[in-house]
Amino acid sequence: MSLESADIKTLARLARLALNDDEIEEYQHTLGNILGLVEQLQAVQTGAITPLAHPLEISARLRTDEITEIDQRTKFQQIAPETAKGFYLVPRVIE
Amino acid sequence: MHEHTLAELSGLLNTGKISSVELTTLYLDRIGRYNPQLNCYISITPELALEQARLADSLISKRLHGPLTGIPVAHKDIFCMDGIRTSCGSKMLDNFISPYNATVVEKLNSAGMVTLGKTNMDEFAMGSSTETSYYGPSTNPWDIGRVPGGSSGGSGSAVAARLVPAATGTDTGGSIRQPASLCGITGLKPTYGLVSRYGMIAFASSLDQGGPMTQTAEDAALMLNAMAGFDVRDSTSLQREPVDYTARLADSLSGLKIGIPAQYFSDALDDQTASRIQEAIKQFEQCGARIVDIDLPNTHLSIPAYYVIAPAEASSNLSRFDGVRFGYRCADPDDLLDLYCRSRGEGFGREVKRRIMIGTYVLSAGYFDAYYLKAQKVRRLIRDDFQRALKQVDVIMGPTTPMPAFRLNELMDDPVSMYLSDIFTVSVNLAGLPAISIPAGFSSQLPVGLQIIGDYFSESRLLNIAHQYQQRTDWHSQIPGGYA
Repeated sequence: MSLESADIKTLARLARLALNDDEIEEYQHTLGNILGLVEQLQAVQTGAITPLAHPLEISARLRTDEITEIDQRTKFQQIAPETAKGFYLVPRVIE
Repeated sequence: MHEHTLAELSGLLNTGKISSVELTTLYLDRIGRYNPQLNCYISITPELALEQARLADSLISKRLHGPLTGIPVAHKDIFCMDGIRTSCGSKMLDNFISPYNATVVEKLNSAGMVTLGKTNMDEFAMGSSTETSYYGPSTNPWDIGRVPGGSSGGSGSAVAARLVPAATGTDTGGSIRQPASLCGITGLKPTYGLVSRYGMIAFASSLDQGGPMTQTAEDAALMLNAMAGFDVRDSTSLQREPVDYTARLADSLSGLKIGIPAQYFSDALDDQTASRIQEAIKQFEQCGARIVDIDLPNTHLSIPAYYVIAPAEASSNLSRFDGVRFGYRCADPDDLLDLYCRSRGEGFGREVKRRIMIGTYVLSAGYFDAYYLKAQKVRRLIRDDFQRALKQVDVIMGPTTPMPAFRLNELMDDPVSMYLSDIFTVSVNLAGLPAISIPAGFSSQLPVGLQIIGDYFSESRLLNIAHQYQQRTDWHSQIPGGYA
């Protein structure tokens, strides 16, 4: 299975990954090989089989809607790239 | 002293033959001496270790201790530790000082263990060799030109070289068992949901499971006693009565039914590995076990199904790394999109980006049914194979890996070949079953691992079987030359 460089660029955009030309070329080959490996699944008859999402088929546990976390903003923001007045800073979105 | 097992060290601490501070200092010295060539630690935490050791000694002197009090341990750098860098082997988290403890860390701290440091791993646990680590690969103490396996390769290398008596690991497709096999140690992947995933950085959430990496099955049982248990903070944690995993270690193996799947002994298997596994199986027959041929007909589909499901979950889990609240941020972003794309493009390594791309592809509109749903249906077929087989037999045995440790760089340019080295381990994660890898001899002076797979919650039985084998063999107590 082969992928075009345009396919890789579309995937990179969807995945929010900036790739250089070298990476785009490499991924055309390696993603193609991996998808070729995965292609074996298409030969399996799976018509009536229910997909298995959780190995023990247990659904997520529910809990009452109570506040269980304490405020740790100061601690959490110590490791943030850029903050001001308790907010996380990103490049300007609205002019 | 370093040649002792965790259980033996526990006895020595209990009787005052050695103090935890002495033991900790001894291992820190070994790390200082050997880590430069093995690169099995990303971070070493001597101050914390000595502080924990002093506390442990005081608990021991007051007879307020348990079997793990004062024993040094190393955590795979995927487990968050409060105030300590938790890198997950990635540039993305090179600057990440975790603000909280993983439940596993919390539990082993409470048990009195002494943390020597954080071990090396493939970036975000994606790899089978530690070669995708931002911090460079760990090496295998049996031959430093070879890989220790992965992704928990730093833990494997550190335990094998006796730079720590025991370590934690995580296993998404074989990441505890494969490095245990390649390094000649014992590695247990518990039933999915037995050990809390809270604070264990997520790769593929329906497959990830933490577990112990030790010298012996007895040590793994002692570790699992402290690591397992319900955790309200992990939505897939299982509510079960606590079990003492050491209680059945001495049980007889008479009447044990061992299933041998033909699919695990194909032509692709290394000859000497095949011989070691056959010899191990004979050893079990001598203990009164019976061998039954079984069929796992969908084994060949496990790698294709895994390489849809795991990357799909990974692409979703890793979307949280956006350069905003923590982790790597690119310099001088033009706008928000540029901030996201370049922080991720520069912060993630090649294999991680490759898997995010695969995951994005299989989850994209028009492909979801053909890939993701199809893989989940095949996942059921694989699990049903095991369920059928485990009605006939108590456990399934085979090699952990098709070959012993490969050379550094041997498979790095060929991801598909690297993925295929996990052929015997990934199906166990897809099914959510427990499995253990134990040393079973050597192939050209490199360790060979025997994998024992059991039914859900059969950890006690797996540890019992492994322990009985270790009572009759000495593969597990062999230390690589140069580290003895």
